[in-house]
Formats: sequence, C-alpha cells, structure tokens
Amino acid sequence: MTDKIEVKDLKITAKDFATDQDVRWCPGCGDYSILAQVQRSFPDLVGIKKENIVWISGIGCSSRFPYYMNTYGFHGIHGRAPAIATGVKVSHPELSVWVAAGDGDLLSIGGNHFIHTCRRNVDLKILLFNNRIYGLTKGQYSPTSEKGKITKTSPYGSVDYPFNPISLALGSGATFVARSLDRDTKHLQEMIKRAAAHKGTAFVEIFQNCSIFNDGAFDILTDKKTKDDNVLVLEHGKPMIFGVNKNKGIVMDGAKPKAVEIGNGKFRIEDVIVHDEFDESPVLATLLSNLTEDPTMPTPIGVFRQITKPTYDGEVEAQVNSVTNKKGKGDLEKVLFAGNTWQVN
Amino acid sequence: MKMEKEILELSDVTVRFAGDSGDGMQLTGMQFTNTTALVGNDLSTLPDYPAEIRAPIGTTYGVSGFQLHFSSMDIQTPGDSPDVLVAMNPAALKVNVKDLKHNAYIIININAFDSKNLKLAGYETNPLEDGSLEGYNVIQVPLSKLTNKALEASGLSAKEIGRCKNFFALGMMYWLYSRPFEPTLKWIKDKFKDSPLIGSANEKALMAGYYFGENTELFTTRYQVEPAKLPKGVYRNISGNEALAIGFVTASVKSGLPLFLGSYPITPASDILHELSKHKNFGVRTFQAEDEIAAITASIGAAFTGALAITTTSGPGLALKTEAVGLAVMTELPIIIIDVQRGGPSTGLPKKTEQSDLQQAINGRNGEAPVVVIAPSTPAECFNMALEAARLATKYMVPVLYLSDGYIANGSEPWLIPNPEEIPEISVKFRTEKEGFAPYLRDENLTRPWALPGTPGLEHRLGGLEKANISGNVSYDPENHEFMVRLRAQKVKNIENDIPELEVTGDIDADLLVIGWGGTFGSISEAVTRVRKNGKKVAQAHLKYLNPFPKNTEEVLKRYKHIVCPELNMGQLAKFLKAEYLVDIDSFTKIQGLPFKSSEIETKIENVLKGI
Repeated sequence: MTDKIEVKDLKITAKDFATDQDVRWCPGCGDYSILAQVQRSFPDLVGIKKENIVWISGIGCSSRFPYYMNTYGFHGIHGRAPAIATGVKVSHPELSVWVAAGDGDLLSIGGNHFIHTCRRNVDLKILLFNNRIYGLTKGQYSPTSEKGKITKTSPYGSVDYPFNPISLALGSGATFVARSLDRDTKHLQEMIKRAAAHKGTAFVEIFQNCSIFNDGAFDILTDKKTKDDNVLVLEHGKPMIFGVNKNKGIVMDGAKPKAVEIGNGKFRIEDVIVHDEFDESPVLATLLSNLTEDPTMPTPIGVFRQITKPTYDGEVEAQVNSVTNKKGKGDLEKVLFAGNTWQVN
Repeated sequence: MKMEKEILELSDVTVRFAGDSGDGMQLTGMQFTNTTALVGNDLSTLPDYPAEIRAPIGTTYGVSGFQLHFSSMDIQTPGDSPDVLVAMNPAALKVNVKDLKHNAYIIININAFDSKNLKLAGYETNPLEDGSLEGYNVIQVPLSKLTNKALEASGLSAKEIGRCKNFFALGMMYWLYSRPFEPTLKWIKDKFKDSPLIGSANEKALMAGYYFGENTELFTTRYQVEPAKLPKGVYRNISGNEALAIGFVTASVKSGLPLFLGSYPITPASDILHELSKHKNFGVRTFQAEDEIAAITASIGAAFTGALAITTTSGPGLALKTEAVGLAVMTELPIIIIDVQRGGPSTGLPKKTEQSDLQQAINGRNGEAPVVVIAPSTPAECFNMALEAARLATKYMVPVLYLSDGYIANGSEPWLIPNPEEIPEISVKFRTEKEGFAPYLRDENLTRPWALPGTPGLEHRLGGLEKANISGNVSYDPENHEFMVRLRAQKVKNIENDIPELEVTGDIDADLLVIGWGGTFGSISEAVTRVRKNGKKVAQAHLKYLNPFPKNTEEVLKRYKHIVCPELNMGQLAKFLKAEYLVDIDSFTKIQGLPFKSSEIETKIENVLKGI
C-alpha cells in the first residue's frame, strides 16, 4: 500500500457534452458538423462550468440542438428562443446562455426578438444555422433564400428579397458579429470560442448545408476547388487578401470596396485594406457584410466586428444593486404600510 | 348677518367629479378619497377614464370622471347612482347626468357654460335654461371666475390659474361634506415643493373653495358622514393593481424567490409594471419586452432558473401569449399570467371593464392544456390572491392564470394591512440531489422537481415536444401521450383538495342562490343585502377558483332550486357550471363595458323570487 492518492483526470472532453439521445438529422446535414464543433470547442471554454451552460432553441431542424447537448437545455416555441434566453440570462446572469436557431426561426417568426436582443446587448451567444431554406416543414423558401428561388411555395420563383443576417445584426447593434461555414471545422471552432469569450450579444452566422432541400447551396464556399477564390477570411490587423495564390485583395474605390489582383503593377499589398475587428465605427463591418450580396466579390467569414459595451443583464443587475444600496434592502413593512394610513380602534 | 348653516347627518354618499381630461378630475377624486379614508369612512372608488389621452377640450369624448362612494357603514361598490355630480363643463354634465339619482345635486362651473362649450358638448339648447334638468338640484358656481379672483396676485399666467380650479372645487366639496382640508394642504406642499408658486396657488384655490362653501348662500346645508365601524387595525386605501403588485413583492419575500416580471405595456395592466419597477431593492427584475410574446417567454426562461416569474397583460395580450402558456404547461414550469380583463373582442374597449376572458383563460390554448385559473373579487383581495397564485404555481409546478379586471384594478377600497410577519411563508424546494434524479419524476402531488441550471449533475432538457413521464425524453409514443395528457389534467384537478371550499353566505337555506366570480362581488353582495333587508331569502356564493372549481361546488349548486349567475359577459361561467355539473343556471349578463349596478342585480333577484 502506498500513500499515493490517485489523481483522476477531471478534464471534460467533447464526449461529456453528448447525450444519450440518438441524433436524428438527415444524413449529410450540416448540423452534424456544427454539433461536433460545439462539442469539441466547449471543453476549452475557460472558466465556464458545464452545469452553467444552457442551450435554448426555438423550432426547426437546428432547434433540436439542445437535446443533443448534455447541458441544461430548453427547446422552446417557434422564434422565441432569444426571448426565453433573455429571461434565463437576466434572472441568472452567471449562466452561459446559448441560442441555436435556424434562418426561419431567428429571422422570420423570431425576427423581432432577434433585433431587440442585439439592441439590448443581452449576453447571449446566438448561432444561426443558415441553410436558406425551411427544412422541417419540407422545403419552402426562407427569409434568407435568394430571390427567384424555386421551392414548393414558390414554383415560379420566390419574389421575396432576402435578409442579410450579418447586416441585420450589425444594424441592430450586436456587439460581436461573425460568420463561419459548417464544413470549415477549425474556423467554426474558433468562432464558437471567440463568441463564448465575448461579453454581450455574440452572433455567429453559420452557412449550413441542407442536404435534402437546398443541397450544395454553399458549395462554392466549401468546395476545395472554388473556396479559395470565393472566401475572404477576415483576420484582425491583416490585409484582406484571398485567392488560391493569395494574390487578390480588397481595395477601396472611393467609398466602395473592390476586389483586385495584387502584384500586377497596378495594386500593391499596401493598397489592400486592413481588417479592424475592434473598430468602434460600424462602417467597415457594414461594408464587408454587403460583399455577400455582390457576385463579383468574395464572401467574408470571420469576425466582422467586436466591440465592448455594458450588457443588458449586467445593467439590470447593477441597477438592482445600486437601488438596494441607496434605499436599503427591501422592507416589506414599509411597502405594505406606505402612503396614507389610518388606524381604526 | 351670516346664517348659521344646518348640518345634516348622512350614512351614505356617492359623489362623481367630472371634467375635461386635462381638468385634473382623477387627482381631485383621489384627494377626496384619501381625505375620506382618513376620516374613517368605508369607501369604494371607480375612475372613468376617457379613451383618448387628451381629447379636444370641451368635447364629450374627453370627459374624465371619478366616482367615490363613502359611508358610515360597510359598503361594497362605488355606488350605482351619484348623489352629487361636480361638472366642470357642459360636456361633463352631458355625459354624466343620465346616471344621477333623482333629486341629485349638480354643482356646475357656470363660467364654462358659454355658447362655445355648449356647442362642443353637442347641446342645442342650454340645459340650464331649457328645463331638461328639472328634478335635480342645480347649483351654479362661478368656479373659474372665483379661482381667477383668488389667484389674481399669484403671478401665474391665466392658463396656469385655470388649472387650479379643480382645487377650488375640491375645497368647496370638503366644506360641503365636512372633511378636513389639512391632508390635501400637506400633499400640495410635498408634491409642489419644487414649484412653490404653483403649490401656493393650489393651496389658495383650495382654501378659497372651502371658504366659498362657508360663505355662499348657494349652500344652505352641510353634510356629515360618521366614521364606519371597520375591524380594528391599520388601513390604507388601495387599488386592485397596487394590491396585486405589492402582493407579488410579498410573495417574493415569503418564498425567497426573486421576482421577475416580463411585460409589455397595455391598458389596464400597465400600472402593475409601473409599480413593480419601483421595487428593485427587493431584487425585483422588470423586463419591458419588445412584445407580449417576449414578455411571457422571458418569464418562462426566468422560471426555468428559479425565479418567481410573472407576466402581466390584458385580453388581447393574453391571446398573443396563448402558445407560450401551452409551453409552460408542457414544461411544467411555475409562471403566473395576470390578465386584467377589459372589453373585447380585439382591441375592444381598452379602458372599460368586462369578464369576457374566462373561456380564454380556461380553454384558450391548442391541445389539452390545463392551467389553474383564479380571480380576486375585490381590489384589496388582489393582494391575497397574488400570494395564492405564487403558492399554487410553485407547489404544483403549473402555470396559474390570474383574472383581474379593469373595475377592481382601478377601483379602490380601504385595506386592512396585514402584519407582514403573520403572512405565511411559501415553501419552495429545489432539487439538488443527483442520485435518482429525472426531470419528470413525480411527488405525491404529481409535481415534477424544479432543478435549476447551475446545479451540477442535474443537466436536463425541457421543451414543448411531448415528454415521456419520469425521464423527460421526447416521446411520440401514443400511450405515453394519453398518459401525460391525463396526468397534467389530474395534477390540476387535484388542486381542489388544496383550496378553500365554496362558501355560501346570506340565507343558506334559501331557494335561490346567486353565484358570481371575480370583480362582480361587490355589486352582487350589495344587491343580496338589499333583498334580504326586504325580508326575502337569498343565498350567495362567489367563486375565486375557476379551475379547478372548489370540491364542494356541485354539492352547493344542487342544494338550490334556482341559481342566478350574474356576469359581465355572455354567460361564460354559467356555461362551465352547466357543462360540469348538469345544473340549470339562470345566466344574467351585461356587456356594456360597465360594472353591474347593484340595483340591476337586485331587480333580477326580485323578479326571480316573484316567480319561485
């Protein structure tokens, strides 16, 4: 016998975040990858205990997410995840509160809650599983589907203009706005960890493939052959270059960004604009968000903008504390006997 | 020589103040009320707000009224018909004259009865001259002129002076009903401490009105109402919304759960949000949400983390919250939904009362989604029912729907303030033990455990999909679904064992029972009292628990030959009682956005008794 005490490795692994429930997404669905990247990233989240993590969702394929995460979870009703999550966070600010939502859930039926959550800067991490289609209801166009899309409800082409989720989040005041791809596992993990570390509304749009109703929607961004020429990976402090040969860059033409070739005598690397994630002004991030709409330009992924601002839940807590300090802890007798009282003998 | 004025003893007076919405009638009414409370009368009030915030001056749709019934006896309602109307302009007269008692006093501001105001009010001829006010005692007071005169040296503008005339009217009424003016003087001092010029003008106007009463030949008699014999204790005047708000603060203290209110402003429920936002030092968190749905779903989120979670609204808002109430049923979380009912459907009559959300409260959800439904019957009872809502919701992990209405929410009455130490604790247990935990385990009440995020080892998932009992996993199993539907219903039904039995008052052995629910209690009680005073036998019962009904409800109903059920809707409770107990119910309804007059119910009872 020895006096040695056996030290168990208490490190939590991705496996600890898996539940005993069978995952029931369609084969080839991008959600599998998102779930895997979340489970792989979470053990690395610094200072966040597993029991303090809560996943909230609404309705849709992606909203099954909480059932597959061995944390606290709440599968809500359609569109309301940000509101449920706000209630959780405001009444229990120590929790790390995550929202999993699809494009229909977050931007159509739940659009109002989404913009108001961003506006208030509630400390929530919102992952948008954007597959640009309604999956669970079997293939209708969504608020992010491109105009003209042929679906079950738009046999002659949809006449709706889509939302640009990044522009919407920026315009609504989200303090952390990023984009990633379901198939870019390393990048996605990094974005998840960055979102987790941010204090305030962190919004991550994830382009996610729906293998049944919108298969290949993002192939151009994920296919080895095309991705380098079509994806601009944003990195703070680095010039915005892209292309197989890293010879393309974004320059400003007046107030308009333009994609050009570098080193051909006309443009030098110094002409290429440098990304500043922490810019207090939303101008650069907004310009970048609109590159998505432009077929002549690459699609940016990465962190568009991250700024620091007091959070809604923090302010609520601070106000409760400051009023309590000023007025003293609530005295029931004072409240009940307030105003004009009289005695009957 | 000044004539000594006669003082006449009265037991019971109903006064209505009416004027333009900018005339300060609510304030005047509240001051008269507070002073009357301090004198020791029993009282009951009813504000009548116009639909518009500031409608064009002088028009009938801009008339704001405040009715106060005070007495040396125990009273239940703000009074059927005023004995006195103070009308600040022709529009106020036109709107209110039809409600007055025969021979009532009408004190009018004669200076406002010019051709312009008469025309604005829609009078073709001057009612003071055309004989239409015959049968009333009209007292014409040059109220504007006298106020101007009293304040000519005040340094205020003509407009500012004009705003003081309500204090002149108040002073005059204080004299007429032998009330002390000191409490209002004190109030003015405090309220206008930052604008002393206005404060002293209001003070002068009040005193000028008081002395006018004493010196004018217009009033030959002065009245006095002795204090009422109320149970011993300390009282305050309280409205239903105030009582409800501090009731939930109390419930928070007594349960040890922080109060979370998710709400979106809506008439007539907003006052609860206003009141609760003041009480941050009790740890109260108020969330003014972006819409009704966010308000309730945030409350559900808060309940998940262990808050005493409530949401406040009125009928249209409850309709929007419907789906979320179902979510709380499915996830078995304790939230309290407060519906301060107003006239419906749709936007309906926002500032008028009605009881037409009972069916919505009991059945208005998709699927079989039972919730507990309770309804206070008086303004002061809104306090106790808040404690009761919190007790039931947390004990049974079930949503509680609390049906108040515009009438008791805005009406007020003296409240015997309870000793905070004597209010029972609300005991709440959170699950912390990992061993054997499952989210849908059941205790003897069929209640599932409340396990809060942040508790190590109890990680679990809730949601709106059907749950397997015990494990809480998603289940599409047909038998499990039926089992769970029945279990949720049984859980609510069992609460009948944990609520007071239905009490019968009046003549228990009568042939006739009058049964009501919610805010009609005062009108029904007064009617029953009057009929019994006439020597006839009537029994009365009033339901505060609408789902489940008290256990003895059937037994009570079956005891009577005839049952009258007065309601401010098309007979919603009557339908439930008929369906549940197969009894015949004589449904007596009124759907005018107005409370019952006791006389209306009295007449109904008399007519029924004639037929029995």
